[in-house]
Amino acid sequence: MALLSKVTHQYLRTKKQFPNVWCAGCGIGTIMGAIIRAIDGLKLPQDDVVMVSGIGCSSRMPVYVDFNTLHATHGRPLAFATGVKLAQPNLKVIIITGDGDALAIGGNHFIHACRRNIDLTTILINNSTYGMTGGQVAPTTPFMKIGTTAPYGNRERSFDIAKLAIAAGAPFVARGTVYHMVQLRKLVEEAIQKKGFSLVEVISHCHTLYGRLNKEGGAIEMLKWQKEHAIPISAAGKVPPEKLRGKFLTGVLWDIDFPEYCEEYDKVMAEAQGKM
Amino acid sequence: MADQTAKTQVSTKQKAEEEKVHVFEAWCKRCEICVAFCPTGALTSDKDGFPVLTYPEKCTQCGMCELRCPDFAIAVRPREKKESKKGSS
Repeated sequence: MALLSKVTHQYLRTKKQFPNVWCAGCGIGTIMGAIIRAIDGLKLPQDDVVMVSGIGCSSRMPVYVDFNTLHATHGRPLAFATGVKLAQPNLKVIIITGDGDALAIGGNHFIHACRRNIDLTTILINNSTYGMTGGQVAPTTPFMKIGTTAPYGNRERSFDIAKLAIAAGAPFVARGTVYHMVQLRKLVEEAIQKKGFSLVEVISHCHTLYGRLNKEGGAIEMLKWQKEHAIPISAAGKVPPEKLRGKFLTGVLWDIDFPEYCEEYDKVMAEAQGKM
Repeated sequence: MADQTAKTQVSTKQKAEEEKVHVFEAWCKRCEICVAFCPTGALTSDKDGFPVLTYPEKCTQCGMCELRCPDFAIAVRPREKKESKKGSS
């Protein structure tokens, strides 16, 4: 069978509850495909990859993939992943988290994981709402957009996830969209290879709740919205500033080098044992 | 459910050689993303909403439908030129 899908199907737990739990047209499945293709492209053995997730629509992903998987408590996938990485530094730990999971319930864990700079790859799926619980306003819901808990419009400003992570000290920050899934695969590959905490924010869509409440159409219309509003960072300098308003940049937004925590911890151990 | 999946896999193996695009109907949720974003318009929906390769001559086997499918329900046969250059993918 010379099918392309042979690439993805060997990483799936096909005997689990397929078809998957997500709504028809949900972007999380596309992101899952991009992550699987990135891992396949890097030729990482399945036993060396750990996928950790919290609670939420996006965090259902580890159920379907055949890696070492860990389904943690709400908002704490980064805390669990830090433990896994410190115990087994040779493993590649990938965290799948949603915007509510990482920024509201686990906001503290998120900024401190950025600050600590431990070698984790975080895929933060941003669909601007709490999808699993019914469309409540999340920290990423844009100003004046409607949620089930804000029927007259959300009067709070939303988080800029990339800027938050950069300010908290993350050495690698990238942003992709579901529409640009080939670029997303490359970003995930880069993030996995980066030594240190790396964050990939993926702009996704929730057409079932957010799109319906805000009259933004179905999955296809929301994917077209992503296409129209994404500007690659390489082209950002050429675009006049008034055209950048209301749009977002994609690509690798931040890439610096900083000492990684596991290596520093090894040094601490060597130093302490040497002195004793 | 398990029987359905098994049947799909068997039929895939049989049909893979002759079909450019194969749809696993047991997994497809009929979101029609593959139809909407097909670069050449080779895919259309049937009356139930499942994608069908109505114009096989238009299909360039670019694989975009497979990369976009959120449900892993569509498979594209790789181009033969690429296969000979890069080996089987």
